[in-house]
Amino acid sequence: MDPVAAKMIGAGIACIGMGGAGVGVGTIFGHYLAAALRNPSAAQGQFANLIFGFAVTEALGIFSLLIALLLLFAL
Amino acid sequence: MEDPIHQFEIVKYFTLGHIAGREIAFTNSALFMAIAIAGITLLLVGSTSRRSLVPGRLQSIAEMSYEFVADMVRSTTGTEGMRFFPFVFSIFMFVLFLNLIGLVPYTFSVTSHIVITATLALMVFFTVIGYGVWKNGTKFLRVFVPSGIPIYILPLVSAIEIMSFLSRPLSHCVRLFANILAGHITLKVFAGFVTMLGTWGLLGWLGAVLPLGMTVALTALELLVAVLQAYVFAILTCIYLHDALHPGH
Repeated sequence: MDPVAAKMIGAGIACIGMGGAGVGVGTIFGHYLAAALRNPSAAQGQFANLIFGFAVTEALGIFSLLIALLLLFAL
Repeated sequence: MEDPIHQFEIVKYFTLGHIAGREIAFTNSALFMAIAIAGITLLLVGSTSRRSLVPGRLQSIAEMSYEFVADMVRSTTGTEGMRFFPFVFSIFMFVLFLNLIGLVPYTFSVTSHIVITATLALMVFFTVIGYGVWKNGTKFLRVFVPSGIPIYILPLVSAIEIMSFLSRPLSHCVRLFANILAGHITLKVFAGFVTMLGTWGLLGWLGAVLPLGMTVALTALELLVAVLQAYVFAILTCIYLHDALHPGH
């Protein structure tokens, strides 16, 4: 296979991993919203935890994006 | 269609000098960083030089941003973390202003370059290690040993903790860089659709309304992302500094 084409396909495959991060981020915000509607007074205190969980989950999606960017521009 | 990557090009304005054979130049990146610093200074100094008991608009913005970051630092690192307040406030305001200035058309978004975000993230990383070792000595290594873990899985957990500690600056800098980069490319691609449809005559003009509306909506989304990513960058800084202050989890 042409190496450039293989690189492009590899970058595309690496982006699939971001779907998993999408599921994770959606779960975090969905559960936060569900919990916030049950107990709105406690919601504000958990906002920092929400952002922290979001950031840690999103890091995994970022790693797959990083692989895609490395394949496209660096390697 | 115009190249959507073109907007991230670094343009050299003039050369300042040479250090070890490398050229040190004043670029558009440096210009917009200087503009951001000038904007922050103007906002904070200008609004607080004539203080009033009932704050005006500018003074409200300055006070709100101060209170916002102070609350964030206090709630995540405790009161002894407040010695890092100037550090976190500088990082937050710098990233926020760079993100927001980058959204204005024909400007340059500095945070879309990984060298800037990596420098900020490494600065935080080495501050955490340096202050943690200086304050706690060898007890800082307790950051890799969570309490309440059975002894037989502790080696595995420690290995994972070390890995996650070392990958922190990577995810810290790539998050900001990738969000801003991807957002600006998306914006340019949709704006490119408008000009492409515009060349198709009357029908194209009618069709171009859709991507134009999309561009406006995406700009609103990017405004949210710009503020959110500055906030995430600052709160992660606080959470990492928390480890330096209290390494025992």
